[in-house]
Amino acid sequence: MKNEASSPTRARAHRILLSWAVIAVVIAGFAGAFGYVGGWLAPHRLTPARFVNQLQADYGIHPGYRRNHAKGVCVRGYFQSNGQGAPYSVAQVFEAGRRTPVVGRFAIPGGNPYAPDSSTPVRSMALRFALANGQQWRTGMNSQPVFPVSTPRAFYEMLQAQQPDPATGKPDPRKLAAFFAAHPETAEFRAWAKTARPSVSFATDSYHSLDAFIFVGPDGRGHAVRWRMVPKATAHLETRPAPPSASYLDTDLRQRLAQGPLRWRLLVTFAEPGDPIDDAAREWPSDRPTLDVGTLVIERTEPQASGPCRDINYDPLVLPHGIEASNDPLLPARSAVYADSYLRRTSEEAHLPGTARPRMKRDPETRS
Amino acid sequence: MRRASGMFTVAARALHWLMAVMIIAMLFIGIGMVASVSERHEWLVRIHEPLGIAIFALVLVRLAVRLHHPPPALPAELPRMQKLAAHASHWLLYVLMVLMPLVGWAMLSAGGYPIMLTESLRLPAIFPVSSVAFAVLRNLHTWLAMLLFATFLAHMAAALYHGLIRRDGVLSSMTTRRASVIRLLAREN
Repeated sequence: MKNEASSPTRARAHRILLSWAVIAVVIAGFAGAFGYVGGWLAPHRLTPARFVNQLQADYGIHPGYRRNHAKGVCVRGYFQSNGQGAPYSVAQVFEAGRRTPVVGRFAIPGGNPYAPDSSTPVRSMALRFALANGQQWRTGMNSQPVFPVSTPRAFYEMLQAQQPDPATGKPDPRKLAAFFAAHPETAEFRAWAKTARPSVSFATDSYHSLDAFIFVGPDGRGHAVRWRMVPKATAHLETRPAPPSASYLDTDLRQRLAQGPLRWRLLVTFAEPGDPIDDAAREWPSDRPTLDVGTLVIERTEPQASGPCRDINYDPLVLPHGIEASNDPLLPARSAVYADSYLRRTSEEAHLPGTARPRMKRDPETRS
Repeated sequence: MRRASGMFTVAARALHWLMAVMIIAMLFIGIGMVASVSERHEWLVRIHEPLGIAIFALVLVRLAVRLHHPPPALPAELPRMQKLAAHASHWLLYVLMVLMPLVGWAMLSAGGYPIMLTESLRLPAIFPVSSVAFAVLRNLHTWLAMLLFATFLAHMAAALYHGLIRRDGVLSSMTTRRASVIRLLAREN
């Protein structure tokens, strides 16, 4: 061996072999790190794609539609600020007298665009405020005051527990019961759900931001807030018995808007020290200071297949200067998962290779 | 085998190494932010957009530097195919460095997103709002990123091949005349 190693050709061959090994290790190191960061080599990490896959496993694949809150309608209107919010947030939308155009969407949760409106007591309102300075404020709100869970992981596990059993086509109630038993943070939501009845109109519900955000005022100070839209002039918002149709919310909204605009007050609630600002599953005490910062006026509705809300991803982290995200872990998860859903449905709309054809435009039910 | 002269200019070397760090970071940030639902997602997105614009600005400066100071020639004895591969991969890298930020910018414009570089500094849209264009550009952004990463791996493998195996001065023309680390590695081997 020693004699052979001392031969110069042999030494050169060794050096070259070792050099190739060094090159291979460096390349494999970079490729492996890239694969790990990209999630392909991290099969247990919760990724946006795995989240959306689970939504599809629960609700089926409906090409062209949002993977959650799939059934909805577009609305248009504006937000009229009264200036009360301006001392707490420098966002242009809160300037006194400022009118900001809004494109919104009412919907019901779940990924099935054909679900009956009575299948859930939850209704949602999503809004995109287009500020005059080119900035935007996007928010997605729900009619229940608290979210069922506090973390993306728990939400993912809840979706897993809700996945229909292949044998029955329905979720296994024992799995759901086991999930709720293991997640005591769901108590406030379950207490709400126990008494909540599906409303017969989008117009009679209040819509809550659920997550907390930080308003930043002209003095640079931050204020932890939650907001909600509360229907105005509730006198004419009488509750009627639910019509027999599966899609009565859309019809009701069109009938009401034919008689005139619908209005909501935007109420902002301020946290006090100790209130959970990173936990959407817990309500704040009802005596927290609340400010009426203006009025949302909804004037028109259009079907979601052709309306202006179709191509908007209501990502709650699209925020104007003066509103910032809190450290609620649900916010980045919503942003990341919505982006994945948006990419899938726009790719289907664009008929990109490997995507299913959307059926949205041919479907009479969503047009009605 | 070693060429007497033939170094890249100081400006070219500084831009190369600065942009190497930025682009590799950018590739990892990009692939990491779309594969995360944690708070990492939020701060990675916040770095991604301004960093992309910075890379776009630097690549324009770099192209100008390159036009004024042509790079040193490859060793004459390098096989034709390797020379061709070297030139093709370098121009592919330039094309991708210019295209990636432009496609990203256009894609966000087509998706109707405001592009905020800071809390209040917003870039104008460079593409009309269109969901079909968004889908095409968004998918293109991913595939070009994969191509850029693959080209970077090939580029790095080739650089190490020149430095460790051929030892023909190609790698040291982008490092220093001494290239002490590489020389040490090569000698040790």
